[in-house]
Amino acid sequence: MSNALRAMTGFGIIGILLIGVGMFQSWNVALAIFNLCLISGVMALGVNIQWGYAGLFNVGIMGFAAVGGVAAMLTSQPIIYSAWQAGGTGILVSLVMVLILAAAMIFLSRKMRAGWAKNIVMVALAVGGYITIRNVFDPAVLAIESDNPAKSGYLGGLGLPILFSWLIGGVFAAGVAWIIGKIALGLRSDYLAIATLGISEILIAMMKNEDWLTRGVKNVTGLERPVPYELSLQESPRFISWVEWFNSSSLSGLSDDARAERLRQLVVEGSSIFVKLCYSGLFLSVLLIVLALCVLALASPWGRMVRAIRDNEISAAAMGKNVTRRHLQIFVLGSAVVGIAGAMLTTLDGQFTPSTYQPLRYTFLIWVMVIVGGSGNNLGSVLGAFIIWFVWIEAEPAGNWLMENGTAWLGDDSGLRAHLVDSAQHMRLMILGLVMLLVMRYSPGGILPERTRQN
Amino acid sequence: MIDFLNAFVLFSNFVLVPGIAYGAQLALGALGITLLYSILRFANFAHGDLMAFGTMAVILFTWLFQSWGISFGPLPTALLALPFGIAITAILVLLTDRFVYRHYREIKAVPIRMVMASVGVMFLMNGLVRFIIGPNDQNFMDGERFIIKARAFKNATGLNEGLALKSSQALTIIVAIILVSALFWFLNRTRTGKSMRAFSDNEDLALLSGISPQKVVTVTWIIAAALATVAGVLYGLDKSFKPFTYFQLLLPMFAAAIVGGVGHPVGAILGGFVVAFSEVTVTYAYKKLFTYLLPADYAPEGLLQLLSTDYKFAVSFIILVVVLLVRPTGLLKGKVI
Repeated sequence: MSNALRAMTGFGIIGILLIGVGMFQSWNVALAIFNLCLISGVMALGVNIQWGYAGLFNVGIMGFAAVGGVAAMLTSQPIIYSAWQAGGTGILVSLVMVLILAAAMIFLSRKMRAGWAKNIVMVALAVGGYITIRNVFDPAVLAIESDNPAKSGYLGGLGLPILFSWLIGGVFAAGVAWIIGKIALGLRSDYLAIATLGISEILIAMMKNEDWLTRGVKNVTGLERPVPYELSLQESPRFISWVEWFNSSSLSGLSDDARAERLRQLVVEGSSIFVKLCYSGLFLSVLLIVLALCVLALASPWGRMVRAIRDNEISAAAMGKNVTRRHLQIFVLGSAVVGIAGAMLTTLDGQFTPSTYQPLRYTFLIWVMVIVGGSGNNLGSVLGAFIIWFVWIEAEPAGNWLMENGTAWLGDDSGLRAHLVDSAQHMRLMILGLVMLLVMRYSPGGILPERTRQN
Repeated sequence: MIDFLNAFVLFSNFVLVPGIAYGAQLALGALGITLLYSILRFANFAHGDLMAFGTMAVILFTWLFQSWGISFGPLPTALLALPFGIAITAILVLLTDRFVYRHYREIKAVPIRMVMASVGVMFLMNGLVRFIIGPNDQNFMDGERFIIKARAFKNATGLNEGLALKSSQALTIIVAIILVSALFWFLNRTRTGKSMRAFSDNEDLALLSGISPQKVVTVTWIIAAALATVAGVLYGLDKSFKPFTYFQLLLPMFAAAIVGGVGHPVGAILGGFVVAFSEVTVTYAYKKLFTYLLPADYAPEGLLQLLSTDYKFAVSFIILVVVLLVRPTGLLKGKVI
């Protein structure tokens, strides 16, 4: 089968499955799955930029998605003036001090000759600077966190529209990626993997513990929404008349009382479907824009160059291409896309909860999507994201059902049966690990393999 | 003088002894990573979960022995179960090698593909462990808990501060010394060990001199499995067993291997202690220590903790970053075992 045909079949099957879920489970569930498919698609595109274009292995996708989530929260939450008054200056001063310290260390490390003197000066600078900064920083943090801790206890955000945060999420993630890339790229290829694994764990730890910035495990709930609220829709006469018009055939022929009751149900159901559809529209447009940019980039001379670097670094370097530079560029771009997706995800959730970030869900699952879909092929990654997310969601009830019925012969009082039923959720991990290994081994191109033109 | 002694005992109790034990555990894990790196030439991301699997196997055998009423006197029953756990773990890694890694070796895939495959294996093992024993904490320490109890130490010396020596800590140090000496003897004195070193030095030359690569690889995996299991069991006896914690140990172990110089066994041991001591010293609150050491007027007010314990992973990461920036080859240069 040609790639185009495969793509059409793949998306067609997913479409039919989603419609099936809509008809037999509920349209709300189908749209919820679809929305997360779209977000996963964006995230998979980001990973594909890194792995598919350049062969960079990022094991810290979770961290970059979380940075996007923080950005969404920080952009949209209102400014809390009392907290800024309490400790804002302290935080800003310590931030400036960190920058000065970093600049001083970079300057000295360039200027001084290597040797004992340099090492001692650098260590003294780092330790002394750290202690001084902590002396400014700690009281400020304490002041902020004790400012109305039950309701806020953090600095708040910028009070901007949350849609704007998707861009900021990308910028934040790009910044983190730039620092990591600067350190780990250009060394052995597995160092980047180790460094990204580390930074993602640390970022999550910071989000859980730096209450002054993110409220930590107290979470930030009730984020602003880019779409209308269900309740206001249900009260809006215009929306009610829409629902009435849309369902006029099923409503006709009912008595007045029954009709009013039915209409009320339809409005409640319709409002949440409408909200989800609004999200779908937003996410779909982001996905299409990113996808279009990716396809164009990969087909451009730049795309040719990065593939040449991926396939043979030495010969590309011999042609005068700066391999480390391009790697850094690609790593930053890919992470920015992941950051955008992370911000979108937090927007959809309407809350920022650091403890929900788990490597399994945010790193590993995305990797499986890219590998199954087809690394190096943009549309393939998106298709992989759709398929894997659908399987991931529907596998849980299926797995539980299978375990319940598959072990029924053991009898109800069997300890083994209870254990197996309890552990069914961990089966997903094993099965996805297996899928990843099998696809890598037997079909390294994935469902939609990368197209290579030979002439 | 008494104050000074008190300070020293305090420091030993909370930094020195735990640091040595933790360092030995990390060193055993990092040794496995370094060995695999120098023979198979990839960073094994599944190492933390391999440790978890090995420990789980040992725990299951321990429970079996306990149900039979077998115990090891004052020592933990887990020591008796250790050989069986190692055997199961070795079988598992040989299976993953046969069905996963061997293919990539044969097609001479770039190392990063092996790393990726190892991430797949990591999640597979992680799922397996959670499936069998569940994601929760398991405490499997039995036998005598302490060699020196803090109270007894206080009574015997008359000091304010007590020094406690857990038997798991002493056990860690003894087992680590035995295992590491055996490993070095094996690598330097036996024929197989020498062929392993030759293989890691120059693969083609080793092939030409008639060394069987499959044998070298098999032996390496078995050694790595044994080291990982022992490290995991010692860590579990010392603290407790939780699959997620073992996954998180991956970062300090990588840091240890890279600090010491990847592919360098002595470096891995050195790195293990560097990472462990940095972690313990940076997250320790020095308030009490300085209260003893300084005159009463200068007694510190704050906790004097450089970094909260929630950030202990940041320590290994910072060490890693500093090494990558300053000396990417690690403290001891070299890629040969």
